[in-house]
Amino acid sequence: MIPTSYYLVLSLVLFCIGVVGMVVRRNFITVLMCVELILNAANLNFVAFAQKLGDLTGQVFPIFIISIAAAEAAIGLGIIIALVRLKGTVNLDQVNVMEG
Amino acid sequence: MDWIVAHFAELVFFYLAAIAVVGAGCVVIFRSPINAALALLCTFLAIAGIFVLAHAELLAAVQVLVYAGGIMVLFLFAIMLVNVRALPQQPQFMRRLVPAAAVAGLLLAGLLVVAMWRVGQGPLADPATLTTAEGALVGNTQAVAWSLFMQYLLPFEVVSIVLLVAIIGAIVLGRKETAEEGA
Repeated sequence: MIPTSYYLVLSLVLFCIGVVGMVVRRNFITVLMCVELILNAANLNFVAFAQKLGDLTGQVFPIFIISIAAAEAAIGLGIIIALVRLKGTVNLDQVNVMEG
Repeated sequence: MDWIVAHFAELVFFYLAAIAVVGAGCVVIFRSPINAALALLCTFLAIAGIFVLAHAELLAAVQVLVYAGGIMVLFLFAIMLVNVRALPQQPQFMRRLVPAAAVAGLLLAGLLVVAMWRVGQGPLADPATLTTAEGALVGNTQAVAWSLFMQYLLPFEVVSIVLLVAIIGAIVLGRKETAEEGA
C-alpha cells in the first residue's frame, strides 16, 4: 500500500514543473502542454484522496477534468492555428495586441 | 529479496514517478515542440500506471485513450499544421521571468508541503471499501459508472454541452475565411 503523501509529492512536483514551464516558455504549444501537466497533477491528487478516504467521488471528477482538458486542448490548438495564420508566429511575447 | 517483494508496489511507484517527473522536465526543457510532445506522452503513460497502482483502473484506461490517444494526436497535428521549423527562430525562454517562476514555484511548494503534512498522517482506507454510497459493487468501472450516472448525472450532461461548444469553437477558429464571406 503506497502512502498518500507519495502521490501528493509527485503531484506537487508535476504541478510546479507545469507552472514554471507555463511562466517561462514562449512557445504557445509548449505552454498548452504545461497546462495539461497541471491538470494531470490535479487528477493525481483526486485519485490519491479517493484511495485514502475510500470514496469513489475522487475517481469520478478526474473524468470531468479530462473532458475539460480535451475541450481546452481543442480550443487552444484552434487558437494556435488561427494565430499562425494571422501573425505567422507561435511566440507569446510577439502577440501583445488585442486587436487583429 | 523479501524486502523487494514486500515493497514491490512502492518500487513500481518510484519507477513510474521518475518517468513522469523526467518527462515533465523534458517538456519544459526541450526546444522542439515535437520532442516536448513525446516527452509529455511518456508522462501521461506513467501517470496511467500510477492510476492503476491507486486502484483507479477505469481512469488509467481513460488516461491512455483520451490523453495519449486523443489529446497528444491533436497536439502533434497542430505542430505539423503550424510547421514550426518554417517559423522564425527565437530564444525559447523568457529569461526575465525565470526568477518570478522560481518564486511562484517555491511558494506553491511551501503551501503544498504544509497541506501534505496535515493530511499525510492517518490510516489509509482499505481498497475493498472503495465504493459508492449505494453499496459494494463488483469492479472499478461499474462502481465509477454508478457514481457518475446516478449522483453526478447533471455535471455529466453539462460536460457534454461544454464539449459541443468546444467543438464548434475549434471549427470556427480553425476555418479559413472564404472570399465571399469577407473579412
